[in-house]
Amino acid sequence: MQNMLTVVANTLKGGAKINGSRVVVSARSFADLTPQASFDIKRCDLHRLDEGPSVQTVLTREDGLRYYRTMQTVRRMELKADQLYKQKIIRGFCHLYDGQEACAVGIEAGINPTDHLITAYRVHGYTYTRGVSVKEILAELTGRKGGIAKGKGGSMHMYAKNFYGGNGIVGAQVPLGAGVALACQYQAKNEVCVTLYGDGAANQGQIFEAFNMAALWKLPCIFICENNKYGMGTSVERASASTDYYKRGDYIPGLRVDGMDVLSVREATRFAADYCRYGKGPILMELQTYRYHGHSMSDPGVSYRTRDEIQEVRGKSDPITMLKDRMISNNMASLEEIKDIDAEIRKEIEEAAQFATSDPEPPLEDLCNHIFFNDTPFEVRGTSPWVKLKSIS
Amino acid sequence: MHNSLDPRQRTQSNMAYLRSILRSGKNAVPAVLRREFHRTLQAAMQVTVRDAIKEAMDEELERDERVFLLGEEVALFEGAYKVTRGLWKKYGDKRIIDTPIAEIGFTGIAVGAAMAGLRPVVEYMSFNFSMQSVDHIINSAAKTYYMSGGLQPVSIVFRGPNGAAPGVAAQHAQCFAAWYGHVPGLKVVSPWSAEDAKGLLKSAIRDDNPVVFLENEIMYGVPFEMSEESQSKDFLIPIGKAKIERKGNHVTLVSHSHVVSRCMDAAAVLAKDGIECEVINLRTIRPMDMEAIETSVLKTKHLITVEGGWPQFGVGGEILARIMEGPGFGYLNAPAVRVTGVDIPMPYAKLLEENTLPQIKDIVFSVKKMLNV
Repeated sequence: MQNMLTVVANTLKGGAKINGSRVVVSARSFADLTPQASFDIKRCDLHRLDEGPSVQTVLTREDGLRYYRTMQTVRRMELKADQLYKQKIIRGFCHLYDGQEACAVGIEAGINPTDHLITAYRVHGYTYTRGVSVKEILAELTGRKGGIAKGKGGSMHMYAKNFYGGNGIVGAQVPLGAGVALACQYQAKNEVCVTLYGDGAANQGQIFEAFNMAALWKLPCIFICENNKYGMGTSVERASASTDYYKRGDYIPGLRVDGMDVLSVREATRFAADYCRYGKGPILMELQTYRYHGHSMSDPGVSYRTRDEIQEVRGKSDPITMLKDRMISNNMASLEEIKDIDAEIRKEIEEAAQFATSDPEPPLEDLCNHIFFNDTPFEVRGTSPWVKLKSIS
Repeated sequence: MHNSLDPRQRTQSNMAYLRSILRSGKNAVPAVLRREFHRTLQAAMQVTVRDAIKEAMDEELERDERVFLLGEEVALFEGAYKVTRGLWKKYGDKRIIDTPIAEIGFTGIAVGAAMAGLRPVVEYMSFNFSMQSVDHIINSAAKTYYMSGGLQPVSIVFRGPNGAAPGVAAQHAQCFAAWYGHVPGLKVVSPWSAEDAKGLLKSAIRDDNPVVFLENEIMYGVPFEMSEESQSKDFLIPIGKAKIERKGNHVTLVSHSHVVSRCMDAAAVLAKDGIECEVINLRTIRPMDMEAIETSVLKTKHLITVEGGWPQFGVGGEILARIMEGPGFGYLNAPAVRVTGVDIPMPYAKLLEENTLPQIKDIVFSVKKMLNV
């Protein structure tokens, strides 16, 4: 397939970027598929910025398929988590990300794996895009030893390299993210930290404290507000005196982005990363997005918004459908190919769920471990003075 | 009882009092209880802890115009745990206020309103989130009456679920009884039953001082029988008085909140082996009813405190210290002991979580170990 693409590319070399709308749909064979196309994306609203991200972006077939695969994997993984929760195999808190996939995937596409990222509790999608397997995520949700946190953290406490969770206290992740950015600046490796928070968290005081210090010290921090219109059961109008979240960094430049379009998110993230990577200071992005599920699995999500609204977003703005339609109508992918990818993903999720339901729980010997790092083993008091347990780093 | 006497005299007179009760017949106390039970049976009803809390707030909102409720999702959403269901529909925006997610901000606002004469009830979706607000609870509410030399009281209630709940993991499962219990100027209440919840919350709202009211999510849905008396709009339980939930002669178990249920279950198990536990439901953490504990220890000579919180510097630690310093120590036949949560952050996996809180078998084991059986 690679060779065929090279042939096609060579044939088309010398020509300008292909205008997506003028490509003729031909017979279905990979040789006829378009290797890349240029797409118009929505202009961003800007705050204290003279210019914003480009309104046109080039998408390669390879990237497109990768974004599709990643978004669809997150979608299916979340729906599987929903199922497992209803079967009571997942317990406690479970905040699902379906509907918002373009944000996690677009952001990851705009930064490097060596950059850093931190978010709040709606975290399964980011855990995946930051490199943790579906298997380890689902097994953490089911509380098994094969989970990414060995079963000890649960839904909101998943971590990976350059990924700092997974935070249960609303807003707390924002100063933490600014701190990671401080470390980036300190270690001078031109890395940035993406610090995410929601429309509900946007009213937390500690966020403004973090804004001030990040701006004062020019920290390489990309603050991103994922505005999905509702903070638990409270709509943005009822919680915020100003719903222009991209302006609320005040002295920090901001942009408001269509968070349902993975290409818009990617372009904006690239722009933001360029801005703050080389010493200009922090920048703020507001992603306008939507969650299909309620706030958590214990919220049906229809007491404070209408089913019509949810249906409308699904029908008109679903991020996965949008990308798929774009690629197919520009002959960048075939329906069969997409179906094959879907089938592969379904299989991957099923296998991961199998693992997550059959892997054993963490052993009792692990109960008191991981209290301190790099420390000598010590005794931990159990439920009574006669029960002495052991803690190993 | 005879509070004006010095400790030794008080002990002796309490002993005499106890002896007189016991002398009146082994079955005197149970018979009295039985008679009361039959009398109230017709009018008693089953009420969940959640509904009892709501009833308390409803009645106090109706009784006093100055009382109002604020917190996240308390109005339209009817409460994250549905405790405030129906209140916003009944009382409207002025009395039931939805706040943004800004704990220290709205706590400060509530304390300010209390300083100016209103009587706010602040709901925390979890006391774990109150950690953000601790500065205002302590520095603006607890200490102010003292710092002002008696000029500025702060009549406010901080309430919400505290401690463990199934599957909520480390950041959402901490028990704050010891943290708040540490602070002079605060009253700290930890109800167990529906009756506790209703009577104590009403007292808390009517109290002119800052009260931290520690509920528990596990107990919200548990129904209890509420006597006709406890259904009255003026039913109050005094803050600072413990309740003996189960009488016994062999060992005193002192507990609070959802763990009282485990103590009652453990007592039932031990009764089969002929060991009769006296279960004390503390009801209030500060001021603590040491008299009730000492009176019980005089009788049983064995003391075990049982709590869900961490052992170090905990509620049990305080009780044991006071027993050491007071008359109770002289009556113990064995060193008093604490049964507590394990000294680790709360794990998520079910097997680990279950082994982090004191189970019935842990209480039974501790009793038998202490009694050498």
